[in-house]
Amino acid sequence: MATESQWPLWEVFTQGEQGAPHEHAGSLHAPDAEMALQNARDVYARRGGVVSIWVVPSVEITASPSDEAGPFFDPGADKIYRHPQFYKVPRGLKGF
Amino acid sequence: MEKEQKESVDESALNDAFEARIARGETIEPKDWMPERYRTQLIRMMSQHAHSEIVGMLPEGNWITRAPSLKRKMTLIAKVQDEAGHGLYIYCGTETLGVDRAELVNQLLTGKAKYSSIFNYPTLSWADMGTIGWFVDGAAIVNQTVLAKASYGPYARAMVRICKEENFHKKQGYEIIATLARGTPAQKAMAQDAVNRWWWPSLMMFGPSDKDSPNTAELIRWRVKRKTNDELRQRFVDLTVPQAEAVGLTLPDPDLKLNAATGHWEFGEIDWAEFWAVVKGNGPLNRERLQARRDAHENGAWVREAAEAYAAKHERAPAASAA
Repeated sequence: MATESQWPLWEVFTQGEQGAPHEHAGSLHAPDAEMALQNARDVYARRGGVVSIWVVPSVEITASPSDEAGPFFDPGADKIYRHPQFYKVPRGLKGF
Repeated sequence: MEKEQKESVDESALNDAFEARIARGETIEPKDWMPERYRTQLIRMMSQHAHSEIVGMLPEGNWITRAPSLKRKMTLIAKVQDEAGHGLYIYCGTETLGVDRAELVNQLLTGKAKYSSIFNYPTLSWADMGTIGWFVDGAAIVNQTVLAKASYGPYARAMVRICKEENFHKKQGYEIIATLARGTPAQKAMAQDAVNRWWWPSLMMFGPSDKDSPNTAELIRWRVKRKTNDELRQRFVDLTVPQAEAVGLTLPDPDLKLNAATGHWEFGEIDWAEFWAVVKGNGPLNRERLQARRDAHENGAWVREAAEAYAAKHERAPAASAA
């Protein structure tokens, strides 16, 4: 008798072409990693356009806090000197 | 007492912040705070949508064994598989709202959940496969293109993925109809008959008229819906009339006429008594469709059992060897 309990949830990441980053495609339920991969192929790569898939148990993902996104990312917000636009080059210089 | 008061103040501040985010056109993500009503409305809408994709496999699955050529059979199998995939995308999106998949499936199997009324009509001829792709998937595209801009991120992203795939569905259906329409007189008559039977139920797919749709205003304010049922229905009619003319078939509505001033096609009154009868479970095939889903679920139990047994065995093996 199959249990009616839910199989674990997996997050699916697909790579569209060699050299491209893996991107989140969606999620699915599967009893183990092997079936998660096969199901991910059938659900998220039916039309080709995918060269690699990662499946990750959803419970293993730790995400940044959404309600404190402001303070959490604050350290990166006020350092304009990290951007090239912060610096001046002599007027008239071509091809820097 | 004091604590209660503080909680309600917090809630109202959170609610204001939420409404402000919606007003700025921001996307709401699963972990973000949202009003309970937003959550329940989305669960209702998204699960109905997912159920519709799953039940939507049945009318077409009915014709896989009788497709007139190998090419048509392969196409139909691929399309039905897509519908299963679409159901899975949306179920996953719905689960991000904190509802369990098994619970959603159970709501469908027990008849508690609704799905699109169109799938309670029978598929009587091969031309119905063409008409479903053309009308039913065509209507779905009109609806889903707008839902791809919905305020809830997982729903919008599922719609983007689905819209990319639906165009194949509509085009293959229209090709079937165009082929029949330029075939023998009997083939053309078959296409016209299918168009006659599916036209009005397809218009009903957009749901009740705006004046009878209590949820619309709220869903539009929350940017879950971006257009009303009547606006979407009108867009579908405007798109479809020229497509029917192009293949020499007529739409079964004597009141259909172009309003030169607005540029829109005006159409006759929908039989809302029929719509509500089908929604309430008394369409031609409501009971048969649900029974087919229950049978599929029960008959698939051994596959789920085998997968679980394999996973359990697999999991134990490394631990046993380590010991």
